[in-house]
Amino acid sequence: MNRSGSVASPIATLGRSAILLVQEMGYIMIFFAKGFASIFTLPTIVSKTLQQVNFIGSRSIFVICLTGAFTGMVLGLQGYYVLVKYGSTGSLGSAVALTLVREMGPVLTAIMVIARAGSAMSAEIGIMRISEQIDALETMNINPIQFLVSPRIAAALISFPILTALFDVIGIFGGYLTGSVLLGLSSGIYFSRVESSVLMTDITGGFIKSIVFAVVVITICCYYGYNTHRRSNGQGAKGVSSSTTSAVVQSCVLILVTDYVLTSFLL
Amino acid sequence: MDQPLIKFKDVSKSFGDHRVLDGLNLSIYKGLITSIIGKSGVGKSVLLKHIIGLIQQDSGEILFNGTPLGAATKKDRAAIKRKFSYMFQGAALFDSMTVFENIALPLAEKSSLPRDDIRQRVHDKMAKLDLHNIDDEYPSQLSGGMKKRVALARALVTDPEIVLFDEPTTGLDPIRKGVVYSMISDYQKKFRFTGVIVSHDIPNIFYISQRIAMLEEGKILFEGTADEIQYTEDALVRQFITGLETRRDDLTGLASQQASERKFQEEMLRLQSHQIAFSLVLLTVQNLENIIESIGYKASQLALKNFAAQLQHHIRITDTCSRYGMNKILLVLANTNKEQARAFCTKLAKLIKAEDLIEIMPQPNACFTVSAGVVEAQKGSNIEQVLANAEASKENLFEFRVC
Repeated sequence: MNRSGSVASPIATLGRSAILLVQEMGYIMIFFAKGFASIFTLPTIVSKTLQQVNFIGSRSIFVICLTGAFTGMVLGLQGYYVLVKYGSTGSLGSAVALTLVREMGPVLTAIMVIARAGSAMSAEIGIMRISEQIDALETMNINPIQFLVSPRIAAALISFPILTALFDVIGIFGGYLTGSVLLGLSSGIYFSRVESSVLMTDITGGFIKSIVFAVVVITICCYYGYNTHRRSNGQGAKGVSSSTTSAVVQSCVLILVTDYVLTSFLL
Repeated sequence: MDQPLIKFKDVSKSFGDHRVLDGLNLSIYKGLITSIIGKSGVGKSVLLKHIIGLIQQDSGEILFNGTPLGAATKKDRAAIKRKFSYMFQGAALFDSMTVFENIALPLAEKSSLPRDDIRQRVHDKMAKLDLHNIDDEYPSQLSGGMKKRVALARALVTDPEIVLFDEPTTGLDPIRKGVVYSMISDYQKKFRFTGVIVSHDIPNIFYISQRIAMLEEGKILFEGTADEIQYTEDALVRQFITGLETRRDDLTGLASQQASERKFQEEMLRLQSHQIAFSLVLLTVQNLENIIESIGYKASQLALKNFAAQLQHHIRITDTCSRYGMNKILLVLANTNKEQARAFCTKLAKLIKAEDLIEIMPQPNACFTVSAGVVEAQKGSNIEQVLANAEASKENLFEFRVC
């Protein structure tokens, strides 16, 4: 009996963890569905969404430009020294643009927004939870998900594709800066290869990714903040810190996992 | 009695192994203020949160107008919830919104009132609660007492039918405490809302509550009127009340109700054994509501406080003066017959001057009208009978005005 018990125990633990994981995913999906459905019902959604577009979008422009520029520059630099070995430096424009538009643009934009806005969002909602502000909304018959999450989802769906496009454009100019200005590649060749290699499907694919990432980032960050009080590994300020950490780590990991899945579908 | 508006039927709730509510039964009646008293951590706030659905019971039922809340449709539940307002113990103000936005939020989100009307209603509530020029301040810039008052303004701004107050006066100074209580009581009279107050502010809470329930070990140990609880024979309830009752009233600094009762017993013994007469004078500020209207809540509390101080100054060392209600003060005059007591009242009316009550008095509509019920105690009578006589017998009323 004992032997079978000791064998069953790790399997039972594994099973329990799997059930909990599936359950958690279910809760997250329901949370998103409620938030998304409420986008179309809230009368004051426009003003709240604009505030969030300012927070998620406008205030991220500087950091997106900065990371976009340096990502493009490093791609230009690395790409040039690889391509020069094969005598095909002319393809630098294609390499930089496709890497940015298909992969780096959506992924790095999402990660930068997690760092700048996602963590803040999770902490803000977490503090509202522990200081009973979310309960106060409920007592006023205001749906907290509708009030807090829906405008953020709407704002992310607007901001993510625009930020990604900005990242791509700045990144392509960054590649031009290292490839043409520093290393002497003809700017005409660089931009003509950019133009000829990037197809509409690449741009659409990049935008699809950015929209999916917007949903993943906002849902995960808001979900963890909203459920701060349910965390077993800390209450109060510790709970907020732990939920913010989980939100950032899990949304970053999920961005990379989702990126792989989407890429395999889009290619 | 009518059907209760809210009824707890065998409600139980546990957090882990800790059973907070254990088959609790409680009735809350429409249009009355019910106060829930009990030791700290006994589960008073948990009980309150059950009413509004912030916490769900493990077993039992909560009935609203006879219908179980659990069986109500989502639409019905939302309609019921709209009738409620809740004032949190820790204020629960939105810290990224200004004071004005905080108070206006329930109206801005859930009503179709024009912006100007919302502004008007918010400012009206703010003025009544003595919250001036803080529209653009954030909660973190306010003191604890101010936060409480902002939370109270937010709870009352929608003119709700049922208001749940979770320790509304904790952390307030005596005058502001009086302001909050008189505001709750005044609003309740005006709008006839049903109030549920969680507090252990004894005896202040008895002045404004029509019903009191005491929570102990997950059950309601006592349920009845404020008078009933004060004269209950239940040892545990008595021990709790006397333990919490302060020796002096917070606002007026007068002796406690118990001190008057003790003095009454002493004088009664003297009357029975040595035939030494004594009288009771029940002073009632008749027009507290009008005073509030003309000079505001804070100034009216200050006037009451100063009136009490004047009384204290003029009574003899052998007399006892104690607060007996929101607007009532009881004098137990030793070695005094009825005529002497009446003469004392006449003297008192001449001595107490308007300018001593409050700086801004006299004002044309701010007359401080106090009635005095004078009664000489008879052998064998108890304090309740004597007080009832003082209050009811019109011929004994002696009125004086300070304008």
